Amino acid sequence: MIELVVHFLVLAGLVVSAVLTFYFRDLLAAALASGLFSFLISLEFYILQAPDVAISQAGIGAGLTTAIFIIAIRGTRRFEEGTE
Amino acid sequence: MQMSKIVRLSADIMYPFVVIFGLYVIMHGHITPGGGFQGGAVVATGAALVIVAYAFHDVKAMIPKILLYLQESGGLLLFIGAGLAGMLLGFPFFFNWLANSGSLFGTPIVPLGPNPGELNTGGFLPLMNIAVGIEVWGGLTLVILYMISGVGKEEY
Repeated sequence: MIELVVHFLVLAGLVVSAVLTFYFRDLLAAALASGLFSFLISLEFYILQAPDVAISQAGIGAGLTTAIFIIAIRGTRRFEEGTE
Repeated sequence: MQMSKIVRLSADIMYPFVVIFGLYVIMHGHITPGGGFQGGAVVATGAALVIVAYAFHDVKAMIPKILLYLQESGGLLLFIGAGLAGMLLGFPFFFNWLANSGSLFGTPIVPLGPNPGELNTGGFLPLMNIAVGIEVWGGLTLVILYMISGVGKEEY
């Protein structure tokens, strides 16, 4: 039962973090929300009994990709210019 | 440009623990989940933490580029050298001649039943994991370093 609750919480967190990545105008916050998405999906891999893939996803997805996004934002502007 | 003092201090505190955990994943690659690539990626994440937190000229002084090149090339040479060593001894390519030999990583008798795992087993596989771990550590850290050198408008 408790496993099912954690599973649904992780899936809901995945949807919420994906939507937040789409909606943020502050690109640093969007990159961090994308990192949260990667972290939650590595948790999901761990729940689905794949700890090997979970370590890869946490290292590459949540760590290095977010670092590369933050470095790229440092080289450009931080805020996205809206069209509305 | 560097991040605030809170970010820098957090990176300093987190760095040794992340590196120790990555080296643990590399070293226990043949008995627990994970392996050379996963452990190397975790260690490179620790290096990326420090690189993101500090300014470019600090990072340049902290992490020597030639060491990372040596790591990358040395890991690949260790991998292919371990494969070729079997051919020199008259076995096929990548033959696991270290297993059950009684020398390095070759304990012939392992305990049965539930136990935490014997680290000194596996023959070749720990050597392969260590080689891949060293190579991935150097390679991924170099990727991040070249990325930040492009942002810093300086030649690294």
